[in-house]
Amino acid sequence: MSLGAFLALVSLTLLRGLGIPDSPFGPLSFGLPMMLAFFIALLLTALAAIVIDRILYLRLRRTGPIVLLIAAVGMSFCLRNIIQFIWGPQPQYYFKAIQITRKIPLLGIRIKPDEVFIIIVVALLVISLHFFLQKTKMGKAMRAASDNMELARVSGIDTEKVIMWTWAIAAALAAAGGILAGIEDKFITPDMGWQMLLPIFAAVILGGIGNPYGAMAGGMIIGLSGEISTAFISTAYKPAVAFIIMVIMLIIKPRGLFGTK
Amino acid sequence: MDTFIGILNYLVFFAITAGIYAVLCLGLNIQWGYTGLFNIGIAGFYAVGAYTSALLSGPPPGPLDWRIVGGFQLPWVVGLLGAIIASGIIAFFIGLLTLRLKEDYLAIATIGIAEVIRLILKNEGWLSNTVWGIKHIPSPLHKPIEAGVSSFLKGHPQLSPWLVHFISNAYNWFYLALVLVILGLLYWTSERSIRSPWGRVLKTIREDEAVAAVSGKNVFSFKLQSFVLGAMVMGMAGSLYAHYAKFIDASSFEPLYGTFFIWVMLIVGGSGNSKGAVLGAFVIWGIWAGTEFLTGHFALSGTQAGALRVIVVGVLLELTLLLRPQGILGEEKIVSKMFKK
Repeated sequence: MSLGAFLALVSLTLLRGLGIPDSPFGPLSFGLPMMLAFFIALLLTALAAIVIDRILYLRLRRTGPIVLLIAAVGMSFCLRNIIQFIWGPQPQYYFKAIQITRKIPLLGIRIKPDEVFIIIVVALLVISLHFFLQKTKMGKAMRAASDNMELARVSGIDTEKVIMWTWAIAAALAAAGGILAGIEDKFITPDMGWQMLLPIFAAVILGGIGNPYGAMAGGMIIGLSGEISTAFISTAYKPAVAFIIMVIMLIIKPRGLFGTK
Repeated sequence: MDTFIGILNYLVFFAITAGIYAVLCLGLNIQWGYTGLFNIGIAGFYAVGAYTSALLSGPPPGPLDWRIVGGFQLPWVVGLLGAIIASGIIAFFIGLLTLRLKEDYLAIATIGIAEVIRLILKNEGWLSNTVWGIKHIPSPLHKPIEAGVSSFLKGHPQLSPWLVHFISNAYNWFYLALVLVILGLLYWTSERSIRSPWGRVLKTIREDEAVAAVSGKNVFSFKLQSFVLGAMVMGMAGSLYAHYAKFIDASSFEPLYGTFFIWVMLIVGGSGNSKGAVLGAFVIWGIWAGTEFLTGHFALSGTQAGALRVIVVGVLLELTLLLRPQGILGEEKIVSKMFKK
């Protein structure tokens, strides 16, 4: 069931677009409203994912993984265009003030306060995901279902509930990613999820499909190499760099850096 | 009468576009409908076909072009063949890398190559003239037909205006015939091949790879053949588009028009069925064109109308998957001739 991770990515990197415009109810500056909006957007996106799952994917689950994938791609086009219908294709802004970088005394690097915030949030998310997957009952059930859906069901795990939780968490994480990207880049667009899709796929393949820690490491590698590449080639090719790393990976080690099986 | 000719001329234009989409659908039908290969980078092969054809048989770079290569002014047929070969070569390498792996990898690789191709076309001026695109791509037999039409009109000045209107559109009628002939040939070949032993192996792979492998078939080789053939058909569609539109740029090959629509067409029409593929192309393109007239009646901005129309197509796809997963026509049960008696 590595496809589970894959499916969630396809539709939810695009769903993240939905998570974002949910939030701009007045966070003109980076303050409490933005923090609240962050959590509300996460919840709403998770809810949206569950609703879509109940209406659409639940009925398609028996027909096979690729049909689900097609439905997910279709859904992502729908969601993106709903966003575009409401907000239009032009960028939306959380806040327009420009932040000045500050020097960190010990490390000697310049960084914006926003970026510190992003790093802290990402670290918190990674740690909580780790504890969720390793320590909680639901996290363990999720891993069991990912290994073998049938076996998990036979062992008395409510797989429907597991799938719902998976959607909720994947959607919330995707939304968090979208909001953080919106904070960093200062703007959000309906197709920001699409722009990120290729690097995200590359990251997952690099880390090995079905391995959350591999995905995290893959994400770091892809993200960093994309940014570093801009020193040598046109920035327009940032997504292409991700793709080329992915192709090399497929040739050398198709199971990914940390792939099991 | 003149309005009627106007509508007729629009229908010809509509049918040419839908026919090109039908060619793309037949290509996807070979990959997905027959073999179960999940290609979500159709736009890439389509674009490669269009650009190869445009570079081979298009005019050399004009004074305002950034382009360095291309413009060999070769005959249209050479452009078409070049498009087929170029798309096939790219598909061959993607297939070589990913068809041995699980199906998710093919999906990711195809979407990746399509995006990379789009980025290259958008940024590499020497090859594609970036966003200014390639202009003045010649249409096959355009000059002789136009010359014939104008000399005929000069020889018969007493014709009524609607007839002049009708005859002036002769070139589009010719192009429609060309598209339909190619579509017909592809349809016939596709139907023949799926009924052959080769086609049965593809279907077996779609249903159960292990069974095909146990029967002694080289699953990888068959998948590769199917993938490359499908991509070649897509390249052919690209060439047909380039020579009809006369102008191409990267925006013609966005994932929405280049990939998503074709998937919706095939699934709504009925995958695994060549008739369904062609029908789906005409139905969905009809709905797409029809909604354009409808949204004109509401007070919507251009982008809102566009978004709404995509939502309509998307909902249609989800409804088809839910209510009629086999599509309008569904797959026909094909039995070998040996068993028919």
